Amino acid sequence: MHGILTIYIKEMEDHFSSMRFLLIAALIVMIGVIIASMVGMSMQEELRGVAKPTFVFLMLFTSTGKLFSFVQFIGLLGPLIGIILGFDAINRERSGRTLSKLVSQPIYRDAIINAKFLAGVTMIAIVMASLVLIISGLGIRLIGVVPGAEEIWRLLIYLVLSILYISFWLGAAILFSVVFRSTATSALASLAVWICLSFFIGLGGSFLADAVAPINQTADMAEATNAFLKNAEIQRIASLFSPMTLYGDATSTILDPMRKTTRAFVLMGPLERFSLSRFQNPLPLGQSVVIVAPFMISLIAITFVCFGICYAVFMRQEIRST
Amino acid sequence: MEKEIVIRMEELTKLYGTQTAVDRLTLSVVQGEVFGFLGPNGAGKTTTMLMLLGLTEPTSGTVRVCGFDPARDPLKVKEIIGYLPENVGFYEDMDARQNLRYIARLNDIPDRISSARIDRPREEVDLASEATKKVGSYSKGMRQRLGIAEVLIKEPKVVFLDEPTIGLDPDGTNRMLDLIQFLSRERQMTIFFSSHLLDQVQQISDRIGIMIKGKLVAAGPLAELAQRGLGLEEGEAYTLEEIYMKYFKEA
Repeated sequence: MHGILTIYIKEMEDHFSSMRFLLIAALIVMIGVIIASMVGMSMQEELRGVAKPTFVFLMLFTSTGKLFSFVQFIGLLGPLIGIILGFDAINRERSGRTLSKLVSQPIYRDAIINAKFLAGVTMIAIVMASLVLIISGLGIRLIGVVPGAEEIWRLLIYLVLSILYISFWLGAAILFSVVFRSTATSALASLAVWICLSFFIGLGGSFLADAVAPINQTADMAEATNAFLKNAEIQRIASLFSPMTLYGDATSTILDPMRKTTRAFVLMGPLERFSLSRFQNPLPLGQSVVIVAPFMISLIAITFVCFGICYAVFMRQEIRST
Repeated sequence: MEKEIVIRMEELTKLYGTQTAVDRLTLSVVQGEVFGFLGPNGAGKTTTMLMLLGLTEPTSGTVRVCGFDPARDPLKVKEIIGYLPENVGFYEDMDARQNLRYIARLNDIPDRISSARIDRPREEVDLASEATKKVGSYSKGMRQRLGIAEVLIKEPKVVFLDEPTIGLDPDGTNRMLDLIQFLSRERQMTIFFSSHLLDQVQQISDRIGIMIKGKLVAAGPLAELAQRGLGLEEGEAYTLEEIYMKYFKEA
């Protein structure tokens, strides 16, 4: 245990004094504030004339305002925080020739990875928590609405989800820092995987869907509907391979109680349709959590997969000083 | 009284793919001995040390350091040994004291004890005037001395030094050699060091091993090597260089 704790403390000191982390944190806080104030200002317009708006406070995070919402912004650029915190975790020690000294001390090798990961997660938590607090504080001033108890719970769950999501990217970046000896290579590899998983999977999914279940316009009505649904289903399955989709679907459900499913299309019979239009009420918190839980578990699972590979590679690696 | 065997290797072999880095090495080192490990670059000296430290697994054969198997009980071995890698690195943005403190904490040495030790080994290795400078600005000689200080802070029983004098100026080299002798005589540490600089090995080693292309071609006290290798009688003049070149040509 002393090994993990010692490395953890040193890593935290390094993070706090490292220039690049301060830069990225400053940038993200700045953009977060800009988005929040834009949304806050446009929301006054949006809510004008609405008789009894619900969960107004959460709209600070989900309303798209003029560009995109805070939630979308973190989904898009949050991974960068994780990558920047982790891409040179191990190979920096290797190129500084300190790794062979470190592994010849009486500590388990996994303590090195674990401590670096935990320090990264702590930093992520600090950045995300302060971002949410800044936006909440600004929001209270701008729209004059105080969050209710349920809104605070939903925000906390959102915070946990965001930390899990960014931690996955931290884990992936640490994996690359174990596999590649050069820090530049591991940084580029992390960025490539980030771009691929975040942007190209959706594209590949729609190609795949069109190939497997082409939408045929000329066929009869029932068949065309079936083909359309199958196509949508395949796209959906493909998109779930992207952590960004996992995160995006989960957070929009938890922050928007009016959303009752993460699916784009739902096959409904007349009774379901009736009940949906009849009971236009927000989903209780517990039910939102039930919808979100699988996404949360998936995020944790893929992080553990990264770790598993990390251990397997690092434990048996021969570490030379030259 | 028979001295305790601290390092024992039997039929130790390491293959990298089809290449043999260390070939059936059998060797023992006893408590308090200074063992000089000699050989050209790429002879397998560093690989042998890595196997002794549990930093790489032997392909076959057995290793015991103070009775522990480094591949099975790496932590036990790492608690009692100190290792100075070739071209050791430091955390450049910390000063000597912070680097030493970090290593001490990793060894679970309380700050109270490590503070006392930091002030002591530093006197032996002469860093006192520079202790608060960032390591990034250190000269090669100072870095090497700090490396030794990091090894000594955990008060190891066995010290492994990989090319400890490489890149040092004559003065630095002499100080390093003095220090190795001091540790062996005053602190009863067992020292296992590798080098390819013959006269240094000759100066300070109790026993010498010559390793060429993965094979240990000779091991023993210098006088014995001279008798066996060169066929000299006692009292005749010889240098390690002659012995070494003889073995080198044979291999």
